[in-house]
Amino acid sequence: MAEPACTLYIQLQLTRGSFRLHTDVRLPGQGTTVIFGPSGCGKSTLLRAIAGLEPAASGGVQIAGELWQAPQFRLPAHRRAVGMVFQHSALLPHLNVEGNLRYGWKRAGASAALLAQWIERLQLTPLLARRPHSLSGGERQRVALARALVTAPKILLLDEPLSALDAQRRSEILPFLETVRRDAGIPIIYVTHAVEEVARLADYLVLMEEGRITSAGPALELLNRNDLPLALRDDAAVVLEARVIDHDAHGLLTLHSAAGTLYAHGSAHAPDSALRIRIQARDVSLALSQHQDSSLLNVLPVTLTALTALPGGQVQAQLDANGAPLLARISHRSVERLALQPGMSLWAQIKAVALLV
Amino acid sequence: MQVDTPAWIAALWVTLKLAGFTTLILLIVGMPLAWWLARSRSFWRAPVGAVVALPMVLPPTVLGFYLLIGLAPAGPIGQLTQSLGLGSLAFTFSGLLLASVLYSMPFVVHPLQAGFAAIATDTLDAAASLRAGPLDRFCSVVLPLSRPSLLTASLLGFAHTVGEFGVVLMVGGNIEGQTRVLSVLLYDQVEAMAYTEAHVLAAGLLVFSFVLLLLMQWLGRRTAVLHG
Repeated sequence: MAEPACTLYIQLQLTRGSFRLHTDVRLPGQGTTVIFGPSGCGKSTLLRAIAGLEPAASGGVQIAGELWQAPQFRLPAHRRAVGMVFQHSALLPHLNVEGNLRYGWKRAGASAALLAQWIERLQLTPLLARRPHSLSGGERQRVALARALVTAPKILLLDEPLSALDAQRRSEILPFLETVRRDAGIPIIYVTHAVEEVARLADYLVLMEEGRITSAGPALELLNRNDLPLALRDDAAVVLEARVIDHDAHGLLTLHSAAGTLYAHGSAHAPDSALRIRIQARDVSLALSQHQDSSLLNVLPVTLTALTALPGGQVQAQLDANGAPLLARISHRSVERLALQPGMSLWAQIKAVALLV
Repeated sequence: MQVDTPAWIAALWVTLKLAGFTTLILLIVGMPLAWWLARSRSFWRAPVGAVVALPMVLPPTVLGFYLLIGLAPAGPIGQLTQSLGLGSLAFTFSGLLLASVLYSMPFVVHPLQAGFAAIATDTLDAAASLRAGPLDRFCSVVLPLSRPSLLTASLLGFAHTVGEFGVVLMVGGNIEGQTRVLSVLLYDQVEAMAYTEAHVLAAGLLVFSFVLLLLMQWLGRRTAVLHG
């Protein structure tokens, strides 16, 4: 298959003390790529190196057909058409919101329409005259997003933009991130160590550990793979795409997914709208027969494909639900009692279906 | 009281000229130096920082003595200035200016260094990602953010130069209209037992210094409120 013209090539090395960053990866030139890994794995350093903010990084960077770095060539940070959002927003403290927005916009020579557009989309008009220190964390990140986008960047780099916010601020800014994802029309690289953000935002996923990329691929594929460390985490889950079929008066959504019909509580969604759902392994239990006397709404026929022993006496069961993956976390004792074997037909009882988006 | 008005005016003029030029030169030289001291990770940062701070603890006469030796016609700086056709700088205003620049350097460099160091790396990185080049970043981010430190540095540099005595006497001597500053004039008055005149000069310098430091305190509080 021919590569799309706008593939991103990122081949970078950097050594700092005992830490070594070494990456060689091609990323899709559209959609959101999430770089996921534990703190200190080098994911933020990689992002900064793409932006040209790590002078010690060597290698090659090509973004949207533009060469930013090569072995004998290095475009300085201020000449890279990058939109960067920092963990702590890094607004210029001596300028008000409007001054911050205009700072990069003016230097990039972008259009007035673009500036007006993002002020409106991110609802910044009431904040324009405010100083950064008087803004909430969520407002600051909104300004930082707009400030980056009004420079008409070729790529948007987000360095853990939600990690400094509490849960409520995070849920306030997520819809704006959705807007950016939908309307920016440029590739986004999003660095995070929060698996919920991966499940919600990633089209493409890059897993990093100790300065290296351990795997990269389409997000749903990677999220649901059992041979990656993600599956062994306490919050192991599968993420599925679903379509809204119905929304009743009690707030119960009927969803169609590859695994079958599922029910979930959530805010109103237009019929036929697409969303992602997340089912955690610890919310799924297994039964040999379909109980008719259970209060659980979501019970799906599945085939057991594999059993993996986890540290601490638990077992993770990998299931196939009509071709879609599902995980269940059960006790070692249950495996013995039910005499579970790969290949058995079972019923998966799902306690909770989390709607993402 | 018999005030020798022309002599007083001459001393005041020399003092203001010396303090003004010293502050100006120190701001020009001190900004890049303070930037380097605040941001560099080089091995030389510590030794250079220590040398800059030396005048704070060294007896002024020590600095004055070495400068006098250096500036003398046979000294290394003296030979250089003579080969450039400038003659020896000892007991001239230029020599005094050089001495003042060295002597007041920590009082300008330290506030600047503290101001520069307080600017978050993220802020500068953000400006770079917003297409601002190095000089642009310095002018549009560093300078506005360090305005309080620039003011403090200027006031301290100026006030400290006005307060010089030991170095002036060693390097500049006591030449009316050229190297005689107010503090030396005060010394002369005391030597001549002209206590009334000495009182006027001493009180004048005291009030001047107090007002300058008061100004700094106010400015410090105002910026604290602005940035709080």
